[in-house]
Amino acid sequence: MITTQGLTKVYRSRGREVTALDGVDLHVREGEVYGVIGQSGAGKSSLIRCVNLLERPTSGTVTVAGQDLTALAGRGPRAGRELREARSRIGMVFQHFNLLSSRTVQDNIELPLEILGKSGKERSAKALELLDLVGLADKAKSYPAQLSGGQKQRVGIARALAGDPKVLLSDEATSALDPETTRSILQLLRDLNQQLGLTVLLITHEMDVVKTVCDSAALMERGQIVESGTVSELLATPGSELAAALFPVSGDASGTDRTVIDVTFHGESATQPVISQLSRTYNIDISILGAAMDTVGGKQVGRMRIELPGRYEDNVVPIGFLREQGLQVEIQGNQDGQSVLLKEGVTK
Amino acid sequence: MQPLLSQACWDTLYMVGWSTLIAVVVGLPLGVLLVLTDRGGLLQNALANKLIGQLVNVVRSMPFIVLMLALTAFTRWVVGTSIGREAAIVPLAIGAIPFFARLVETSVREVDRGLVEAVQSMGGNTWTVVRKVFVPESLPSLISATTTTIVAIIGYSAMAGTVGAGGLGDVAIRYGYQRFEATLMWIVVAILAVAIAIIQFAGDSAARVLHRRAGKGGEPFRFRLFGGFLPAGPVSAEATPAKTR
Ligand SMILES: Nc1ncnc2c1ncn2[C@@H]1O[C@H](COP(=O)(O)OP(=O)(O)O)[C@@H](O)[C@H]1O
Ligand SMILES: [Mg+2]
Repeated sequence: MITTQGLTKVYRSRGREVTALDGVDLHVREGEVYGVIGQSGAGKSSLIRCVNLLERPTSGTVTVAGQDLTALAGRGPRAGRELREARSRIGMVFQHFNLLSSRTVQDNIELPLEILGKSGKERSAKALELLDLVGLADKAKSYPAQLSGGQKQRVGIARALAGDPKVLLSDEATSALDPETTRSILQLLRDLNQQLGLTVLLITHEMDVVKTVCDSAALMERGQIVESGTVSELLATPGSELAAALFPVSGDASGTDRTVIDVTFHGESATQPVISQLSRTYNIDISILGAAMDTVGGKQVGRMRIELPGRYEDNVVPIGFLREQGLQVEIQGNQDGQSVLLKEGVTK
Repeated sequence: MQPLLSQACWDTLYMVGWSTLIAVVVGLPLGVLLVLTDRGGLLQNALANKLIGQLVNVVRSMPFIVLMLALTAFTRWVVGTSIGREAAIVPLAIGAIPFFARLVETSVREVDRGLVEAVQSMGGNTWTVVRKVFVPESLPSLISATTTTIVAIIGYSAMAGTVGAGGLGDVAIRYGYQRFEATLMWIVVAILAVAIAIIQFAGDSAARVLHRRAGKGGEPFRFRLFGGFLPAGPVSAEATPAKTR
């Protein structure tokens, strides 16, 4: 649904050059919620703004719903009619809502329809329908200043949906909201994704957002996508920083002569009593140092950090057993194996 | 004395009214253009920006009396004569245009860039941004700017008497100052003070209502001519009826 190829964005201002995007290949499939996560300054906003060409990419292409937007853009700095029409079919929500304070809630939602040249009757019918959809039917005549942050974002979402888009872009839509409101907004996005078949590309710096709503995720660092895939693919990828950050487990070895391993369960294996089988088969004592379980995209996934007696060399066979069971096993040596995400506190 | 004063009032109203109208009609687009053509603006154009900016500065830096004399030929070309009420409107308007344009520029610059981006993401063009964002979002400041401009024009219009345009200022100078009719002069002063107070009050109230509605809180309301003369009671959000369509 959204594809970028070799997307590069270099900002030039007063002789200084900043490479915000460095050859980004993104592939968002139709009907999925795709999360891009990364630290501040990683280039996330630049990426999402390049998708509807609010920002002109320095090079590379952007295709949305089969339409090459970069080809529509033309050479001049201003957006031509074709690009503007394409934009009207892509909804966008913003961190700071960007509602017009001079207009009522209803008039804000009607704005995109005014731009599309719809009649007054059509506009108000659509606006009221959307207000109902986002649960703000009673706020039509209020002004944005009279709403809470969560309500403002609901208006922002309703406005983004006014043009019946197939794609919704969300730039840190929940970053200005408290955790509870964040949850309700994410739930709304999820519902819209399922009810309307809306494809959602959202960017965030919060791991929880990815965990709550995303089918797929990508990790951005210094303008590049360093990891991407569906959440279960990521979990199945050894050494995945995203997987480790999604399911952080901690706990240190209780002595020097121990082997600490992280086991990731997903799909079938999550329901098997693997650990007790391991213990019985090899007659070893296993201690659990930490564990995390969750449902991602309707599937049970989990991670566990366990400790086996003896060095790694002594445990090659039991570890092999775990791998045979379809589990993903990572040995936690004394190496600095901790992920950047965990170290730098992105998850907080 | 009465017909003299009422004629003067009428002349002043006539001159100020027309020149305000022209200043707003021409100054608003100029001010918006100053923002649009600026670096990072939607119609970024360094040359046009510099040109408009310089023009505005030159006219603004000129004392009104000099501007009026300098424009004599132009005025004659526009209205057919360089004396009288109509003739005074030309320099008044031209003097006020750049003044108003700068105020518009400042007001529009304060509009959140995120709103521009939102409208662009909906497929809006530059004209949409001007109509749906720049003007309505800065309306409270634009109203204040208009008030300030009217008051300034009233001040300038006192000098219009030198081209035989009449008006209150002219009466004050000719009768009050040159013929020592102190009473007349004070009456004129009082009329002007009341007129300015009313304009300022009306403008401030309108701006304040819009400002509150937009949730900007707004600077504490003060009646500028006579500080604290009028109560500045808080206006709650509910007191502003939602716009009915
Ligand atoms: N308009 C701009 N001009 C110059 N540099 C910019 C601009 N926008 C973003 N940048 C730079 O590009 C980098 C990526 O920024 P951004 O895409 O906003 O990252 P994120 O959204 O992940 O925080 C940062 O180093 C930022 O300073
Ligand atoms: Mg950002």
